[in-house]
Amino acid sequence: MRLDLFVSHYNYWVVIFLMMVGFYILISRGNLIKKVVGLNVFQTAVFMLYISMGKITGGTPPILVDPKGGGEAAAEVMYSNPLPHVLILTAIVVGIATTSVGLALAVRIKEAYGTLEEDEISRIEAEREAAE
Amino acid sequence: MSTHLPVLQVVVPLLAAPVCALIRNARAAAVIAVLASWATLAIALSLLGDVMSAGVISYALGDWVPPIGIEYRVDIVNAWVLVIVSTIASAVAPYMITSVEDEVERRRIPLFYAAYLLCLCGLLGITVTGDVFNVFVFLEISSLSAYALIAMGTRRRALTAAFRYLVMGSVGATFIVIGIGLLYVMTGSLNMADLAVLLPEVWDSRTVKVAYGFLGVGFCLKLALFPLHLWLPNAYAFAPSAVTAFMASTATKVAVYMLLRFFLTIFGAPFSFGVMALDRVLLPLALVAIVSMSLVAIFQVDVKRLLAYSSVAQIGYMVLGLSFASVTGLTATLLHLFNHALMKGALFMAMGCVVYRIGSVHIDAMAGLGKRMPWTMAAFVLGGLSLVGVPLTVGFVSKWFLILGALERGWWPVAVIVLLASVLALVYVWRVVEAAYFRPYEGDEGVGVEAPWRLLVPTWALVGANLYFGINAVRTAQVAERAAEVLMTGVGP
Repeated sequence: MRLDLFVSHYNYWVVIFLMMVGFYILISRGNLIKKVVGLNVFQTAVFMLYISMGKITGGTPPILVDPKGGGEAAAEVMYSNPLPHVLILTAIVVGIATTSVGLALAVRIKEAYGTLEEDEISRIEAEREAAE
Repeated sequence: MSTHLPVLQVVVPLLAAPVCALIRNARAAAVIAVLASWATLAIALSLLGDVMSAGVISYALGDWVPPIGIEYRVDIVNAWVLVIVSTIASAVAPYMITSVEDEVERRRIPLFYAAYLLCLCGLLGITVTGDVFNVFVFLEISSLSAYALIAMGTRRRALTAAFRYLVMGSVGATFIVIGIGLLYVMTGSLNMADLAVLLPEVWDSRTVKVAYGFLGVGFCLKLALFPLHLWLPNAYAFAPSAVTAFMASTATKVAVYMLLRFFLTIFGAPFSFGVMALDRVLLPLALVAIVSMSLVAIFQVDVKRLLAYSSVAQIGYMVLGLSFASVTGLTATLLHLFNHALMKGALFMAMGCVVYRIGSVHIDAMAGLGKRMPWTMAAFVLGGLSLVGVPLTVGFVSKWFLILGALERGWWPVAVIVLLASVLALVYVWRVVEAAYFRPYEGDEGVGVEAPWRLLVPTWALVGANLYFGINAVRTAQVAERAAEVLMTGVGP
């Protein structure tokens, strides 16, 4: 692979790296809080994917340039695409909601079982089932 | 008024939810939930009628013209799914009043109804919208409220089940967002009809194929296709009974709808079946799901878990219909969406009646129940017969079309597997029947504990629908067939 291809798409490499880190934490860790953190990192990677695709080389912030003067100068202005940012604002809110529901569940699991480790919870359940 | 029906479909439950949360009165919240559910059914039926006679309805949200603004687009396919979801909601909502009082802490009941209405709003929103990002937003509304609903189950394992569903569901939803983002990069549009026009130009690009993959995995997680079904059995087994009845008959159905909508309307049947070979990927997964999950269901001792595994197998039937890549196969899929919602709704509601009286759905606790709760168990038997696919029930109608579809493709081994799996279904339904009718009750003789009529009436309403649409399937089959044609031909006029 050519180096300039690698460098010019650096945003995707960052996104893929973060995504895999988050996914790995999610799968490999047994602690429920760590799972929520992994999920968060995973989702953040997607936010960055969206935000970086709104960027246009040489684009200005999407605020109308000199709306009254108009003419040729205004027509040539290149704007960045604001839509992905708006979309991801929604997705960030969704991410916060998911995290808070996840943490709230973790609190109640801790109250019910006295632990947040997945393998201990399954051990407790297995013992209870064997006792029945 | 009637021009605003598409948006009212979502707005009614969305506004009813905070009202329920604010009034803090269990009875009043219940009444609001029931009325809102019935209102959604009235709107859905009226939309289906309009679409059948006048064609596609397009509604520009806030008067922003599509494809820039968000469009709500109702064609015969999603009008059909709207009717399925709101029918189940209308039957389950009155059932909830009594069932939830028994299973959920009193001070949490108004919040329970708020979460239920949000979940309903999300499911209807996914179905009605014509904007792909809007799908994601509604998907998360329905999923987040579903996690909360499942966590309200009486046993503590409901919490771990909800957590597991949260993790897997969020991963699925995030995969769907990635797919939507990649589609946006390639086309610059989020409108479904617009995407369907723009996508064929960029079919060859790897980005579109990657988007297809991400979307596929995301949907299959949400619809619990084997082997991505791991969240489902515990979530259904430990949720409050009314929630299980509602979720089992709606949530996975809407996920199947999303799969059909994205892969057939947006990407188009030629791309899905021609380029991506979707049929050849789904066929083996569906068959394995049908056989293995039916086998697993046979060995369950908790009847709610047994029915949950049976649900995963039934989802296999729906996906199997899609994998035939024909109008007949899709008709079977769309019919089974409706039919399976009716039968699983009835079965889980019957189990809810058992929980209400006995407090357990362990198969040993049900010994002799046929005499003690005759109406409840009769409802279970009829629902079970429908699950097996006995003639005169809806289950037979879906299996009939599935087998027709298989034979049309010349895949007779598939037809044989479908029939064999029906025998497996007979075995697991029989285990419950055997316990209830042929094992003696070891307690005080003559103690009838029949469930109250407030639970029995909604249950029997669904059982009645099972029989009615099993005997008179012309109407449902017509709608499903027309919807299947719309899906196969792509965007309608």
